[in-house]
Amino acid sequence: MTTLHAPLGLLAELTHRCPLACPYCSNPLHLDPRSEELDTASWARVFAEAAAMGVLQVHLSGGEPGARRDLTEITAAAHKAGLYTNLITSGIGFDRGRLARLQAAGLDHVQLSIQDAIADSADRIAGYPGAHARKVALAREVAGLGLALTLNAVIHRANIARVGAIIETALGMGAGRVEVAHAQYYGWALANRGALMPTRAQVDAAMAEVERLRPACEGRLAIDLVVPDYYAQRPKPCVGGWGRRSLNVTPSGRVLPCHAAETIPGLEFWSVRDHPLAAIWARSPAFAAFRGTEWMREPCRSCAYREVDFGGCRCQALAIAGDAAAADPACALSPHHARMLALAEADAGEDAAPSYRYRDRAAVSAIPLR
Amino acid sequence: MTDPGGGRPRLAPGVRLHFDETRKAWVLLSPERVIEAEGPAPEVIRRIDGSRTIDAIIDELATLYTADRVEIAADVRALIAELQSKRLVLE
Repeated sequence: MTTLHAPLGLLAELTHRCPLACPYCSNPLHLDPRSEELDTASWARVFAEAAAMGVLQVHLSGGEPGARRDLTEITAAAHKAGLYTNLITSGIGFDRGRLARLQAAGLDHVQLSIQDAIADSADRIAGYPGAHARKVALAREVAGLGLALTLNAVIHRANIARVGAIIETALGMGAGRVEVAHAQYYGWALANRGALMPTRAQVDAAMAEVERLRPACEGRLAIDLVVPDYYAQRPKPCVGGWGRRSLNVTPSGRVLPCHAAETIPGLEFWSVRDHPLAAIWARSPAFAAFRGTEWMREPCRSCAYREVDFGGCRCQALAIAGDAAAADPACALSPHHARMLALAEADAGEDAAPSYRYRDRAAVSAIPLR
Repeated sequence: MTDPGGGRPRLAPGVRLHFDETRKAWVLLSPERVIEAEGPAPEVIRRIDGSRTIDAIIDELATLYTADRVEIAADVRALIAELQSKRLVLE
């Protein structure tokens, strides 16, 4: 028997629309169109169902959630359901007034992305001139309103030399927390891996820089580090275990065990349009597929860490080993581990301004300013 | 820091105590983190409100649990220090 845990967190992808075009975007290569997005009342129902089944935190994400004109109503519905509300934003499409309305609606926390510590590189990565300056200005408004702020930076070849400056930017903005997250190579990041992958030496230097700055940040800024899989020896417990701690609802209402799960062929995803959230969590085929340890093969099946890392990431197993039920090749016990490292070394380079394959930005003009 | 009992600690922005009805447990919610507040921890945390001094919190807990103040003081200070190091409590 596989134990059914109650989930803690729900990632609500309110829209796939975004003014930025970051080459490591976590959205799928095929984006949900605006015409298929869930409406306000549907999100309110999802939040109420989520709270009733034990979810404590909702992450209002996207795309850029600010592209939703009903974001204040959506936030209020999440707060009313009793959920801790976290806005994950590019910072584009907000001013002080809109932030204040979100705060009044019950917003608990803002997670703002930056692409680099210096504007010209940051804007090039985002594919959006002027983005960085607007983010810095918005961070000031977040702090001014007394809202909690986390700064998030995805780390890759173009910005890895400035990890220290990114942490200092977070300190200067009054953030309480910074995520220094090495790029995860699925979806857009996988398509751009050749332009994003840093060298092993760059990764080692960046990790050392984070550890050097940690003591000075103690009690002022929490640093959360996401380590790079391709140079790792052990896999991450992806999403805390499949169907165990969290779930993800796409703009059109499909419920996924993780944001990249749709890259795995043959999984059947259910939609909140057709089923209650609790039924999807408990019974939908996609959640059952890799929940617990029954699905595992060797070397995972008999591994002492099988309930620590849950075999790592299913999407990465598929992408590298060609089999979603294989051990994550980030694990040194995987027969594909050496090949994964070789892929990283073949892709790695020191070119700080490589050319990217940018995601579609047709929706830029659809972003409301207030 | 010169007067460890006189500071008035408060929860950091974005941190709040919540009763989880599903798991029947008190939890401290913060960005990307859920920490179960076990035993007497919720009674301490609900008093970390920026208005009470650490001494006042210790006095109230000693009264609430009719326990030895020295023992309570050590527990309260240890909890507050732990929460401060995680930046869940300020001051």
